Amino acid sequence: MSALTDLDIAGALAGLATRAFSAVELTQAHLAAMARARALNAFIVETPELALAEAAESDKRRLAGRALGPLDGVPLAIKDLFCTEGVQTTAASKILKGFVPTYESTVSANLKRAGAVFVGKTNLDEFAMGSSNITSAFGPVKNPWGPPLGRVGNKELVPGGSSGGSAAAVAAGLALGATGTDTGGSIRQPASFCGIVGLKPTYGRCSRFGIVAFASSLDQAGPMTRTVKDAALMLSAMAGHDPKDSTSAPLPCPDFAKSVDQPVKGLRVGIPKEYRLDGMPAEIDALWRKAEDWFRAQGCEVVEVSLPHTRYALPTYYIVAPAEASSNLARYDGVRFGLRVPGETLDEMYMNTRAEGFGAEVRRRILIGTYVLSAGYYDAYYLKAQQVRTLIARDFRSAFENVDAILTPTAPSPAFALGEKMEDPVAMYLNDVFTVPASLAGLPAISVPAGLSANGLPLGLQVIGRAFDEETVLRAGRAIERASGINAIPSRVAAG
Amino acid sequence: MALSRDQVRTIALLARIRVKDEDLDAMAKEISGILAWIEQLNEVKTAGVEPMTSVAEMTLPLRADKVDDGGIAAATLKNAPEAAEGFYAVPKVVE
Repeated sequence: MSALTDLDIAGALAGLATRAFSAVELTQAHLAAMARARALNAFIVETPELALAEAAESDKRRLAGRALGPLDGVPLAIKDLFCTEGVQTTAASKILKGFVPTYESTVSANLKRAGAVFVGKTNLDEFAMGSSNITSAFGPVKNPWGPPLGRVGNKELVPGGSSGGSAAAVAAGLALGATGTDTGGSIRQPASFCGIVGLKPTYGRCSRFGIVAFASSLDQAGPMTRTVKDAALMLSAMAGHDPKDSTSAPLPCPDFAKSVDQPVKGLRVGIPKEYRLDGMPAEIDALWRKAEDWFRAQGCEVVEVSLPHTRYALPTYYIVAPAEASSNLARYDGVRFGLRVPGETLDEMYMNTRAEGFGAEVRRRILIGTYVLSAGYYDAYYLKAQQVRTLIARDFRSAFENVDAILTPTAPSPAFALGEKMEDPVAMYLNDVFTVPASLAGLPAISVPAGLSANGLPLGLQVIGRAFDEETVLRAGRAIERASGINAIPSRVAAG
Repeated sequence: MALSRDQVRTIALLARIRVKDEDLDAMAKEISGILAWIEQLNEVKTAGVEPMTSVAEMTLPLRADKVDDGGIAAATLKNAPEAAEGFYAVPKVVE
């Protein structure tokens, strides 16, 4: 059965179509792998009974010749930031422990409508705030590339974050794909750390309805998969206009899988010179340059572009995101849902509940957000950041007058050891230096495994595209995948 | 700009998060460190630059002004820590 967990979505769909195996068998194989891999802590809730029931329904439909949709019978994992009707949804926070939504997020509902089977809810950084999955109230996730495969000494490695559980689950063969959300890099950075594909679509492509809000002007759902084609398949099922999200784009959603294999000949690929940071590891710089050659060999023109405000993206993000978070997270007051810690007065009840319910990083960001929005400081911080954000978006717009896609590394390092970078919040924030600019500009961007580091860990490269041009992003991602030729699937879990 | 203990106390009150007195100094130091790093934005010339209000270049849609949802009070109260008579229950606020 273990072979079924080595498939990709496209391969699984082919096998289901020819009845080589059933959806129940496919789901059982993944549930068994989940049970063997509990040490990774990739899931907060496992839903084996629901999954098997859904898989049995899928088999019935297929036998009757009326498969539901393009993902019928495919086992997927859902980040525990998506509200799932009847299944606990926590955002990895103590404040939402035991919260069972009475409604379904639009993205997960779309996937269900396409026939997907949900195996469980994946672990994440609390409220998606983090880059290593260590802020989860349910404990950290371990990267399936940890020892003996990839090594930083003998320590366990972080999977990245915030969608660390989703990335680990897909890399370890516990699900064929997973949903992630990306606010400043939360899909792409863990994808890079775990050797999988992660796509952040254009802001507005996927509905935010039913996703626990972090920073509403940045949050975007996207697929995390083993191949670029799978990301295309999953995105087509997730995306689409939704009247319940006023920022959801009223645009038709293309069949992304159709165009993903088209050649990239003639594409103009930009290399932003400001992304070549001092102190960037030589192996990441070398991989980035190698990828330029891959694009040239496939008939692309590679040109230098300039994004002059790149270095201001992170500090801008760390005003905008906490500001929005402080406002969004005001809803956790111990009244309507989640934890309540009693107090003598209403205010005391609020203060006790929020002190007890939120973890240290979340409290820190709420306080920063409250400060930058407070009277007397709003202009100096928040307004200033929104102005710089305009300049960052303008940089991209100018660059895209000359190129069709922009190629960069995804992260400034491979996965690091659990327990590193814990002391200094700013050092942790620097993980997102290459991913945050596209988030601030609302642009689609993909991370694709492109090589391995000297210590045997996966390294991803990022392709950023024009707004609503996921098709080019996916095609360019596929070009990297075609050329890199690495099989970035760790075998530690499957073997053990 | 470096935050004082008292400023952190005020922010924490605004955010309705209890911070213990003994934690105020550490918190002030931590947040001040982050703010100092953020303040590199002052190098950027932004005079006359329009602040971004929406990353999506679209006008927000209007819907018809009619009720299209509701009648789900029981489901809405289902996750309440304390509910009574179809309402959320909170500590007494009026003497």
